[in-house]
Amino acid sequence: MEPSHLALFWAGAIACAILVYVILDGFDLGVGILFGTTRDEAHRVGMLDTIAPFWDGNETWLVVTAAGLFAAFPDAYAVFLGAFYFPVLLLLFGLIFRGIAFEFRFRSERMRHVWDWGFFLGSTVVAFVQGAAIGAIMRGIPVADGQYAGGSWDWLHPFTILTGIGLVLGYALLGAGWLVLKSEGELRDWAYRRVRWLALGVLIVLLVAFTVTFDYSVLARSDLSLRPWGLAFPVIGVIALLGILVGARSDRDRLPFAMTVLFFLAAFLSLIVMFWPYMIPYSVTVASAAAPASTLRFFFYGGVVVLPVIAVYTIAVYWVFRGKVRRG
Amino acid sequence: MELDAFFLSRIQFAFVVAFHIIFPSFTIGLAAWLATIEGARLATGNALYRRVFDFWLKVFAVSFGMGVVTGIVMAFQFGTNWSVLAQKTGSIQGPLLGYETLTAFMLEATFFGVMLLGRERVSPWFYFFACCMVSLGTMASSFWILANNSWMQVPLGHTIVDGRIIPADWWAITTGPIMRLRWPHMLFAAFLTTGMCVTATGAWYVLRGVHRADARVMLHWGLGLVAVLIPIQLFFGHLTGLYVLHYQPAKFAAIEARWKTQQPASEVLLAIPDEAEKRNLFAIQIPKLGSFIASGNWTALETGLETFPLDDQPPVLIPFLSFRIMVGMGLIMLAVSWFGNFLRLRGRLETTRWFLWGAFLAFPVGFIAIIAGWFTAEVGRQPWVVYGLLRTRDAVTPSLATDDVLVSLISYVLVYALVYSFGAYYIFTLLRDGPTGEARAIPGTTASRPMAYADTADSATGGRLRIDG
Repeated sequence: MEPSHLALFWAGAIACAILVYVILDGFDLGVGILFGTTRDEAHRVGMLDTIAPFWDGNETWLVVTAAGLFAAFPDAYAVFLGAFYFPVLLLLFGLIFRGIAFEFRFRSERMRHVWDWGFFLGSTVVAFVQGAAIGAIMRGIPVADGQYAGGSWDWLHPFTILTGIGLVLGYALLGAGWLVLKSEGELRDWAYRRVRWLALGVLIVLLVAFTVTFDYSVLARSDLSLRPWGLAFPVIGVIALLGILVGARSDRDRLPFAMTVLFFLAAFLSLIVMFWPYMIPYSVTVASAAAPASTLRFFFYGGVVVLPVIAVYTIAVYWVFRGKVRRG
Repeated sequence: MELDAFFLSRIQFAFVVAFHIIFPSFTIGLAAWLATIEGARLATGNALYRRVFDFWLKVFAVSFGMGVVTGIVMAFQFGTNWSVLAQKTGSIQGPLLGYETLTAFMLEATFFGVMLLGRERVSPWFYFFACCMVSLGTMASSFWILANNSWMQVPLGHTIVDGRIIPADWWAITTGPIMRLRWPHMLFAAFLTTGMCVTATGAWYVLRGVHRADARVMLHWGLGLVAVLIPIQLFFGHLTGLYVLHYQPAKFAAIEARWKTQQPASEVLLAIPDEAEKRNLFAIQIPKLGSFIASGNWTALETGLETFPLDDQPPVLIPFLSFRIMVGMGLIMLAVSWFGNFLRLRGRLETTRWFLWGAFLAFPVGFIAIIAGWFTAEVGRQPWVVYGLLRTRDAVTPSLATDDVLVSLISYVLVYALVYSFGAYYIFTLLRDGPTGEARAIPGTTASRPMAYADTADSATGGRLRIDG
């Protein structure tokens, strides 16, 4: 069964929302992860300054993803959230803790170290559960009668723990690239020194994950064999990582962030090539998860009006706060 | 009641949704209040209104921010704990709730930013227009929530294909006859809640002898608005009761604690319903009044719970009590607002301290009424999650174990206790300090982060900040 045009529209819109979310919230989560690796108060405040106007808006795209999935692909929404009961719980708590920590840390000297831990741990937990969930999806989600048919802790496995750690390092890499892009002086140099180690870390973790812990037999259930050209994407991803390793010396402030974005883009496309036509690998397709046409059409009108407005607003915020953040 | 994944999931949903609804209803009311007071300022040019506006704008910003946080949790609850519901009715409920999300983000991306950050950058008329649009936006947001819930109460405009409930007529789904009553009922509840908070804040300042001019504005406007709105609300409440009688007779019987069919039926004013023995203890009842309330005459036959199969009977204790709590809160609002206006006309409002204490202590009655009303509606709908179509027990996520939900429920309680104490403390300090100065945004913040608006600091992270383009 081929997905309808409306189903493709919504699948595309949700895919875009996920990609935008991963890159945008990825860098601010990454800054939160790096935040925990320094005790220098000037660095910490400098880090928060680079994400202050953006981080809350970045989470918009996560909610757009959840809302879009519920409306356009209720079957997938039901299965994913059932399968990831605890990752979702941890994700929500992580996001809540970061949010409060961000608002309260500078209002309280006494409680500051608590909020700082909250900010670091919240960011790290959010990144980890997202990475573990992606790993669990790659391993395939068991479905029976349209409902998740596994246990609440099946998402934990050596492979998914490694993909979780991989995403923590990957977001930290994005965050370091963002700090290089948005800051100057000591903080920029500090971030620069971490870029190469983080890129190396991502490369090693992914290498171990895919050579030691991944069960390649699941790929027989995917349609990957029909799309050998799709292997170009992982190669591009590795090249992007190597580009960071080599280019980190060149002292061009845009390079680390741009290359990391390229890496995430390549990883994202790799997953799409691996999963297509499945929405829930490897049991429910995009076409069969889609809501009926009357639903997709009804929601389409909202989507074509509101999503561009949110996109323009997002771009406007980044434009207004463009350039390096300077402390005066 | 067995403490299984199903029952714990119900408690969890009730918990997170009850703590969520407080903020959106406050926000809806505050947005309307801000538009009103800004309109009054524009019409009269009274600078005092500007100060009152700036003060409540801060409270509004925090309330909006808290609503976003607790709302994100709601976006996931339907899937994590009620995945069969999500799967079977997602093609109807998904877009309705999705439109709510889109409405909120649309608002945040447009007029909300103007309202929080644009005072100096746009003309006064456009600023007022933005305030009105934010108020309309919050109401539109609630439209989708009420459309969704009204469809769950009285499902219309759907067909059933392969065990899935799918949309056939969106007009019927979104604007059914009960939606036309319940949406206004919710909006008026939000306005009244805020009206009582504005009144209570004014009374608090008068009692403490601070911010006297601002306090007078709050007392007069708050008491005036509540006095006008409460009769309309009681009327809509009555109509809502009649829809329940018509479409959900079992819920109506539960609210009335009417175990047996009666002719003429008496009205149980107060009692302790005994669900095990199916009778009322310590009942205070008035003969024939039950028939009059339900049917408009003194002799009508009124259906009791015994007429419904045991499997289809809702619990009685919670709907019965929560309904009476809601009505009681409504009567308190009526008494406070009308007596307050009486005192005002006699010129004794600000000197009658016992009344001011009463008005101050009445600040939570709107919130209590809203939560009690929702408990009446939701518990009374049991054992159905979608009335007549899907039982709540059949809607729960099948893979969940009891321990899973126990862990998540306890975690939600702990996390909410923390978040709530900070949010509530924050709002409390804002209200305590009162209108002290002009509201000014912290440099480097956007409309996506309204919490930061309510405080003053040199930068969003506490240091001084300069952005170079």
